[in-house]
Amino acid sequence: MGLDFAALAPSYPFILRGIWVTLQIVAVAAVLGFLFGVILSLMKIGRFTFLRWIADAYTSVFRGTPLVLQLMIIYFGLPQVLGIEIAPFVAAFSAFALNSAAYVSEIIRAGINAVDQGQKEAAQALGISYGEMMKDIILPQAMKNILPALMNEFITLTKESAIVTTIGVMDIMRRAYIVGGETFSYFEPLLFAGFIYYCLVMVLTVLGRLVERRLRQSD
Amino acid sequence: MIKAEHLHKSFGDNEVLSDITTTIEDGEVVTVIGPSGSGKSTYLRCLNLLETPTKGKIWIDDVEVTDPKSDIMKVRENIGMVFQHFHLFPHLTVRENITYAPMKVKGKSKAEANQIADRLLEQVGLSDKADAYPSRLSGGQKQRVAIARALAMEPTAMLFDEPTSALDPEMVKEVLDVMKSLADSGMTMIIVTHEMGFAREVADRVLFLDEGKLVEEASPVTFFENPKTERAQDFLSKIL
Ligand SMILES: Nc1ncnc2c1ncn2[C@@H]1O[C@H](COP(=O)(O)OP(=O)(O)OP(=O)(O)O)[C@@H](O)[C@H]1O
Ligand SMILES: [Mg+2]
Repeated sequence: MGLDFAALAPSYPFILRGIWVTLQIVAVAAVLGFLFGVILSLMKIGRFTFLRWIADAYTSVFRGTPLVLQLMIIYFGLPQVLGIEIAPFVAAFSAFALNSAAYVSEIIRAGINAVDQGQKEAAQALGISYGEMMKDIILPQAMKNILPALMNEFITLTKESAIVTTIGVMDIMRRAYIVGGETFSYFEPLLFAGFIYYCLVMVLTVLGRLVERRLRQSD
Repeated sequence: MIKAEHLHKSFGDNEVLSDITTTIEDGEVVTVIGPSGSGKSTYLRCLNLLETPTKGKIWIDDVEVTDPKSDIMKVRENIGMVFQHFHLFPHLTVRENITYAPMKVKGKSKAEANQIADRLLEQVGLSDKADAYPSRLSGGQKQRVAIARALAMEPTAMLFDEPTSALDPEMVKEVLDVMKSLADSGMTMIIVTHEMGFAREVADRVLFLDEGKLVEEASPVTFFENPKTERAQDFLSKIL
């Protein structure tokens, strides 16, 4: 047997259209996950024990269970409880955003904690308020630790997004699978899908390197 | 005037400061000396409330700052602090390090803040470094910038926690010289230091702490020539 990529040619556009779907899910989830992650991280480093406890518990649950389970609970489980239907696309980016927020909050918390404690003391000794200290003194320094790790998180998100196939979202993965079923030949479309994911990840990796280089220049 | 009354500080079960009562008058230069771990840093950090005293009161002029109703930020604004490891903001230039707090905390305009920075940089002999980042400076230069940064808030008193301990020996003098001229200008200063020669020359008074207690309090001449307590005698015989 041989691989016949020529026979796949008519299906290329169909699979390629999945890039847009995947990117939409990843982009929306990344933005929402980042914003929610920032809030969670502020809860974690703040002085209110109760909020810290909630944020820690949230992180623990979302990191301690499979992502595909979270996705299925939102798509198949929640409608049963809420009595409303949730569109696959909405379920997909919600699950990823909620899951990503847990990881992002840890990344930000760790990045902030890695900033020398003396910076905080120096700011306090000058009478600088907590908010301004965070915004102008601590976060700009923490960004050096945070950005590379965030980039990794986005790369993971892009790859993991393939599991939205399980709830019927027409992403790259699902399209490749459908083409495989129609042509009775899975290997070529799946390889092609793999190639697309790899390219996406490479683009993100290069972007991440550029950002890192920019950060290092300011040292 | 900075007054501490029956000050106590514990970390968990560890009592680090025990019943410290001191009064620092305006314009006075006081050095705090004592063995490592005796609570010198903690004492200093209690005065500007970087640490919250477990018991006791602190007065700055006529205001009891340990009163829960008092504005801690206002207190810190008016007391400058210089750290052993400088703690300059590495992502800001020397000028920005100095102008940030006057602008954000005191609402000075950029022009006013820059004027203050220029004057202070001249005072500490670093006018040519205004636009450099801290990573480009030597330890002694960093510490002089840190002093300028604290002075930019126009504090009524300055706290120094071992300002020369992290410096190479050849840089100690440049920092001590800045501090000396500050003392001559009438600034109220409380200085934790291991520089006994400096303590002797510049201080109006020496506080000797040991195991969290204020063991001895005297003029430098009395303290260094005729220490009263055995613990002070012991300490001095080890380091002099
Ligand atoms: N944040 C803290 N938590 C717990 N213990 C602390 C804390 N800060 C200081 N201590 C303890 O308090 C004691 C006194 O510390 P402090 O730093 O005030 O001593 P010091 O006289 O400044 O010593 P050194 O000369 O080494 O700087 C030490 O035993 C130290 O371990
Ligand atoms: Mg100390």
